[in-house]
Amino acid sequence: MSPAYEAAMNMEPAPENRLFADAGPDRPAGTATGAPRAAGGVEPKLRVRDLNAWYGSNHALRHVSLTVPPRSVMAAIGPSGCGKSTFLRCLNRMHELVPGARAEGTLLIDGQDLLGRDVDPVSLRRRVGMVFQRPNPFPTMSIRDNVAAGLKLNRIGGNHDEIVERTLKQAALWDEVKDRLGASALSLSGGQQQRLCIARALAVEPEVLLMDEPASALDPIATAKIEDLIHELKERYTIVIVTHNMQQAARVSDQTAFFYMGELVEVGPTERIFTNPGEQRTEDYVTGKFG
Amino acid sequence: MNAVFGRKLVDRFWTAASGLAVLVALVPLTSLLWLVISHGAAGLSPSFFVNLPTPVGEPGGGVGNAIVGTFYMVGIASLIALPIGLGAGVFLAERGNGKLGHAVRFTAEVLAGVPSIVVGIVAYGLVVARMKHFSALAGGVALSLVMIPSLARSTEEFVRLVPSTLREASLALGVPSWKTSLRVILPTAMGGIVTAVLLAVARAAGETAPLLFTALNNQYWNLDPGQPTASLTVQIYNYAISPYDDWHAKAWSAALVLLLVVGALNLLARFLSRSRMEGAR
Repeated sequence: MSPAYEAAMNMEPAPENRLFADAGPDRPAGTATGAPRAAGGVEPKLRVRDLNAWYGSNHALRHVSLTVPPRSVMAAIGPSGCGKSTFLRCLNRMHELVPGARAEGTLLIDGQDLLGRDVDPVSLRRRVGMVFQRPNPFPTMSIRDNVAAGLKLNRIGGNHDEIVERTLKQAALWDEVKDRLGASALSLSGGQQQRLCIARALAVEPEVLLMDEPASALDPIATAKIEDLIHELKERYTIVIVTHNMQQAARVSDQTAFFYMGELVEVGPTERIFTNPGEQRTEDYVTGKFG
Repeated sequence: MNAVFGRKLVDRFWTAASGLAVLVALVPLTSLLWLVISHGAAGLSPSFFVNLPTPVGEPGGGVGNAIVGTFYMVGIASLIALPIGLGAGVFLAERGNGKLGHAVRFTAEVLAGVPSIVVGIVAYGLVVARMKHFSALAGGVALSLVMIPSLARSTEEFVRLVPSTLREASLALGVPSWKTSLRVILPTAMGGIVTAVLLAVARAAGETAPLLFTALNNQYWNLDPGQPTASLTVQIYNYAISPYDDWHAKAWSAALVLLLVVGALNLLARFLSRSRMEGAR
């Protein structure tokens, strides 16, 4: 186990133990800044405490608490409708865009609360990038303009050509497109389009990257490229990935969180979750008994 | 065996009947085209497109000022209708699920069903009665009232066709909602919207009733928005109700010109929407 796991495990009392306990009063927004440093000295990039989310009256996410250390990958797994995508969409406040949807709880990035009323979700989304299930490049823009879209639309200065080249290299797409940056983004294959979308998300220099089943619409070769990419990206970014594919979670993540029926059943180092889970439901799911 | 034979007989009967219905439906359409072309083609000459109208009996003469007047007033109408119609359409697509949205949509539907002569009266009351004279501006206002509802509804439909994943992609980059609508959603829907604009322009170019007592008519060239202005449709109407054979022939020729203009706009709209669909494939 890497030091990151240890740190993560030390920071939060085992979340499964608190699952069915009373959540306790919410902390008022802002008071949690300057969270205590962990024993290992690594402060978590993301700290989620008693996060609840609703779609209308449907309580879709119940009392979720976990932490993600910086420069690591957390995978969220679980059967369809278990709340893992809702959890992901709370992290950049895309969840609240659904009519009638709301979220409550404490959500800290570097100790700063994100769910407070005074936090602007628009500027938050520049810090927390997102890659979606299906590649969604902007069809009216060229490859170059797609990567620079976040910079242009947000009027962020700098040398755009340089940023485009750097992020396309980070997304392992540069060599395939460097001679046709002006071509339509739709001329790329599905796997290339998804890497383009990753480059687009990286260009605004987020700190956290959310990936919602980023390879589910891709063939095995394109999937392998995306997974390799995740390994490289975690050198610089904190990544939370939702996946249906348990082998993928095992391959790419440092920590795994298992969601079921809107609850976080168990979270821990990936190796332990897959080999020695603490909960029967986790074991049943990872061994394929249901889901 | 008998049952199969009977079924085949019924099938043939209905195939023949529906084929016959198609033929009957085509009769008025083709006879309309044939009548206009056969009566109007003889009077067409290059001078007919560029000359001013002449008094009865005087040879030559054309509808140049009416062609220019039609495009001029449709241009004024577009200046008014495009921002309002497109803006309302984007609003309906993006925020149109509340009470206000339903009210706007209902109003657009009612407005689309208002007889065009009523639109003319409204424009008369709004503009002509206040300015105390007929004008191209009044004609443009009347035509814009014809264009706005159809523009709003078709813009809404084309904006709704844009996949929501594009909106999410833009919002996830930290782009504000209004800028996402303007810079991402609208350009993606633009192909369809251009088609809708061309169809609305073609519809306005073919309207007579809204212009009858707003722009009136004019025997001369006019590009002053404050003055009465000729249009193809009103010119056709005036020629057609006159007692002179000479002017009747000119009415046919002008009708052919109008058909060509409207037909060309429709063809262009079709071509654009088709090439757009191929581009998306």
